[in-house]
Amino acid sequence: MTFELETAAHPENLKRIVIEPVTRVEGHGKVTLLLDEDNRVHQARFHIVEFRGFEKFVQGRPFWEVPVLVQRLCGICPVSHNLAACKAMDMIIGATVPVAADKLRRLMHMGQILQSHALHFFHLSAPDLLFGFDAAVGKRNIAGLAAAYPDIARQGVALRRYGQEVIRLTSGKRVHGTGVIPGGMNKNLSLDERDYLLKEIEQIIAWSQAAVELIKVIYSERPDFHNSFGFYRSSFMSLVRSDGALDLYHGGLRARDEHGQTIFDHVDYTHYWDYIHEEVKSWSYMKFPFIRARGREQGWYRVGPLARINNCDFIPTRLAEAERKIFKEFGGGSATQATLAYHWARMIEMLHAAEAIQELLHDPDLQSDDLVSSGERQLRGVGVIEAPRGTLIHHYRINEDEQIVRANLIVSTTHNNQAMNEAVRQVALQYLDGQQITEGLLNHIEVAIRAFDPCLSCATHALGKMPLEVELLDAAGTLIQRLIKDSDGRHRT
Amino acid sequence: MGAPAMSKTITIDGKNVPFQDGQTIMNAALAAGVYIPHLCHNPQFEPHGSCKLCVVSVNGRNMTSCTMPAAEDMVVANNTPELNSDRKALVQMLFVEGNHICPACEASGNCQLQAAAYYLNMLSPHYTHFYQPRAVDASHPDIFLDLNRCILCELCVRASREVDGKNVFGISGRGIGTRLVVNAASGRLGDTNFAATDKAAHVCPTGTILIKRQGYKIPIGQRTFDHKKISEVQMEPMEPDHE
Ligand code: SF4
Ligand code: FES
Repeated sequence: MTFELETAAHPENLKRIVIEPVTRVEGHGKVTLLLDEDNRVHQARFHIVEFRGFEKFVQGRPFWEVPVLVQRLCGICPVSHNLAACKAMDMIIGATVPVAADKLRRLMHMGQILQSHALHFFHLSAPDLLFGFDAAVGKRNIAGLAAAYPDIARQGVALRRYGQEVIRLTSGKRVHGTGVIPGGMNKNLSLDERDYLLKEIEQIIAWSQAAVELIKVIYSERPDFHNSFGFYRSSFMSLVRSDGALDLYHGGLRARDEHGQTIFDHVDYTHYWDYIHEEVKSWSYMKFPFIRARGREQGWYRVGPLARINNCDFIPTRLAEAERKIFKEFGGGSATQATLAYHWARMIEMLHAAEAIQELLHDPDLQSDDLVSSGERQLRGVGVIEAPRGTLIHHYRINEDEQIVRANLIVSTTHNNQAMNEAVRQVALQYLDGQQITEGLLNHIEVAIRAFDPCLSCATHALGKMPLEVELLDAAGTLIQRLIKDSDGRHRT
Repeated sequence: MGAPAMSKTITIDGKNVPFQDGQTIMNAALAAGVYIPHLCHNPQFEPHGSCKLCVVSVNGRNMTSCTMPAAEDMVVANNTPELNSDRKALVQMLFVEGNHICPACEASGNCQLQAAAYYLNMLSPHYTHFYQPRAVDASHPDIFLDLNRCILCELCVRASREVDGKNVFGISGRGIGTRLVVNAASGRLGDTNFAATDKAAHVCPTGTILIKRQGYKIPIGQRTFDHKKISEVQMEPMEPDHE
């Protein structure tokens, strides 16, 4: 562990490096490093300026509006917020969601997983992984990828588009649809829509398989490097189905420690606060959640693809399950802890999503008209799903007039807050400590953050154009050196 | 056939439009299939003349067509670039005066203000938003009132008074402080005899008066304005209620 790097003992005499991407969305992140005269790292922190206004913003709004409103929280995975909020509203209206609506929501969610994972892998990560972390900046983007590996780039685009089509046809719109409503869905999938999606699904599965192969090849070319990059051990948390299967839409919470020992299992998420607390630290806007049973220091954990593939007992689709076994074997039979293994786990999930879509499309329930239900109204609702980036918790309280009085959201990136800080510190120690700082080295830090696919990175990197400003200040705050990377990849000082 | 011959006519954009004595320019136009943009007008109620979207040029002078009786030989200009640009500006002003967040609003796709904006090619609100604080009232068990979206057309006021016989709504204040008010000592909708079945609960052209728990139930693609322009919908024989 590198907690000693969270806060330097004597910050006064250190110089400061700030990596600050400027983003198009509400959330934006920055990394600050404190170095001494010999460029030894004394402090490394990853801060996220989060969209905190939201919990206030929904106050007073009618509960049925919130699932649509929350889609605006995030330009990248609106469907995840939509679904998590709607699951909370199902509880508020006392609904048992009809089977058909449950399946339609799962289909939408799988479309979201597919498109989000494809975007992250092909657009954001593959360039780093294929060209090297300190390759020329101009090359490390989707355009560079398309030039060197045109087929891979094309498949990435097609996979993403297919996922978006699934979302469009289930939600009514490509982005910010309204298909999911409290208690169920407002539309089914017509036979025409189903046939349209069925046409391409074999190809989508084949390309997803190819993507898993690709990451395996990349990984096994330099297994030691990929395993050790930003390496550390941690606990993992995710939802699992009642039989232990991977389930991204619904289940109980499972947490295992760094040795694979169970901390809790099949926990009813509507009481998540009995298991997870959130700590506030003065230097970050984003809270630090931790597992209560293990305390503040030990209780942090990772969520997301790596957590889910490690935590589940099996994947309920054939091809992805075979890949999970290979992945597990690679990790020596226990949980794989490597930061970069996130990419591999993510591709296994993408394959699972493609297979699950195929299975669902053949299910006649999707054409059912039994789509909504309601029951006795409650004043509290909690909805949890496994969003592409990890566990997403939405929690609401309403008044008798059906207005929101309180909202609490724990998004995937918040769960991973401590873990991302840990990764930054590991990489800072491994690669930057004592070195002359270059853009390539700083990109190593970004690579570590990007492995988690945090919202902010996704948003800023969407086109492989993250504007970046690095400032070196001395202890008195005087600017010593500045390096600016523009969104077209060009550098200036 | 048996219909009385209407010999009197006006022209609108060069087209002959017959009218009966007492008929407004708006109603004569609608009957003849000529569309004049409007928001506060609804043929089921007495004209009100507040939104000014229906302003046309009559023999060179601008007048509200929803209140102006047609008279023989009027030469009316309606669908002109100048008038439509004024109309667009009016709609833009309505957008910045209230708080209209279309992407999250449950009236989206059924809202006449939004549809008028599309019809008039409004691409942005253009003016600076006022961000005025406006109240919401959720006290009624079946109806949610969100004044953020009220355009003060008084259709609900007229419907409650003329059809429901209840006078639930009124308008109070002046200028930029003008607000829709609820006729109860507490000012709360829950303390009136308003009912979800009232006419006034179904006439709002925007998303101000909403039946609770119904939002988003109509899928995208089946909403009023998903496939039809406001000009087509408002020309239909009987304008539907807006829910
Ligand atoms: S509530 Fe609706 S109908 Fe009533 S004045 Fe406002 S916009 Fe018009
Ligand atoms: S429609 Fe004539 S003034 Fe509103």
